[in-house]
Amino acid sequence: MKLLTANFLSCAVKSCKSSPAAFPLHFRDAELASTSVPYNPVLLTNLLPRLDWPALVTSSKELGFTLPDSKPTFPALTRPSDGGEVTPALGEEQETALRTLHRVLMETEVVEGKMVCGSCGFEYGIHQSVANFLLPSHLV
Amino acid sequence: MSRPEDNLPPDLFYNDTESRKYTTSSRIQSIQATMTNRALELLDLQSSSLILDIGCGSGLSGEILSECDPPHTWIGMDISPSMLAVALDREVDGDLLLGDMGQGLPFRAGTFDAAISISAIQWLCNEDEKGVDPKLRLSRFFDGLYACLKRDGKAVCQFYPRDDKQRDMICSAAIRAGFGAGLLEDDPETKNKKLYLVLTVGGEGNKDITGVVQGMEGVDVYDTRKKLAEKKMAEAKKGTKAWIMKKKEQDRRKGKVVKADSKYTGRKRGIKF
Repeated sequence: MKLLTANFLSCAVKSCKSSPAAFPLHFRDAELASTSVPYNPVLLTNLLPRLDWPALVTSSKELGFTLPDSKPTFPALTRPSDGGEVTPALGEEQETALRTLHRVLMETEVVEGKMVCGSCGFEYGIHQSVANFLLPSHLV
Repeated sequence: MSRPEDNLPPDLFYNDTESRKYTTSSRIQSIQATMTNRALELLDLQSSSLILDIGCGSGLSGEILSECDPPHTWIGMDISPSMLAVALDREVDGDLLLGDMGQGLPFRAGTFDAAISISAIQWLCNEDEKGVDPKLRLSRFFDGLYACLKRDGKAVCQFYPRDDKQRDMICSAAIRAGFGAGLLEDDPETKNKKLYLVLTVGGEGNKDITGVVQGMEGVDVYDTRKKLAEKKMAEAKKGTKAWIMKKKEQDRRKGKVVKADSKYTGRKRGIKF
């Protein structure tokens, strides 16, 4: 379970659909691993507007990272179709910020542990980095 | 021809042996690859995107998503633990979830740029145990999919319906969820025919399936909406002579007493003064 995915997941239980506490899911007993993923700045800037930054800060705090309190802003990057350099070019500071984001969102994985809903307390187990979102039928 | 859908529910049918067999079969691999490429062609994504793969199985389709140009990031969801185990062994790039699409999708609104599903959604039509309502599961799935796609997002679902009834059931569920839906059929009338359900979420400048296939070679478009609109147009407008004649004919057939038609029928009365 990458942090990126966790930022998009909310509790699947029916009664939690309208509850604001159902997002983000909170990590418990998380065991982390780092995998190497190719750095893709275009995708990151594409995803950034969709990320819920406060939720990301909360979940990264639970896992022992610190991120800045406010969402960094980047210009929308594009890569020309011939596979050339990404435009517009980023400054050094922005580049490091984006690389940090890449490391947290894409390369950090929760291998074992649990995700707990803040509203109903339902626990979603994570095993071998696959989260179990199967619900018992009375909660659907 | 036997259908796996007729045997067991998907989480039990794809056990360890069946999952391995499925993933190592070169025939299935090549079919899956062709269908995924076709789906990507229909999605027509310009830049690296976040894609949801519903019924990702062992990641045969996901592999193509991460290898194509530009590379996409995907999140896969499947109900069979064995299939996901095979996917883990194969070290696919996407993030995997164990989940049942008929229970809805546990994602925030507007998460994905696009979604694909290869040979999966026909499983939703199964009624494996008592108390399972395929219609309800279909509507939960499509409602969830509609919500988690961003505005002007697209989804392409390839599926194998058992018959026309099942196909229509799936399509109407998609339309009810709010999608602009259309079917693309490859190799029609042959044994290898493939059905793609192309779903579009409304948005500015987003084209429905007729726009998606525009410019593609060898595609014939049958627009039933146009036919429906024409039929509506052909229907007589209320109050016209044709409408009155139709109504009189209907009443006559019902056995009611109806005045005979004359040259005055349906004429406007003249102004008195």
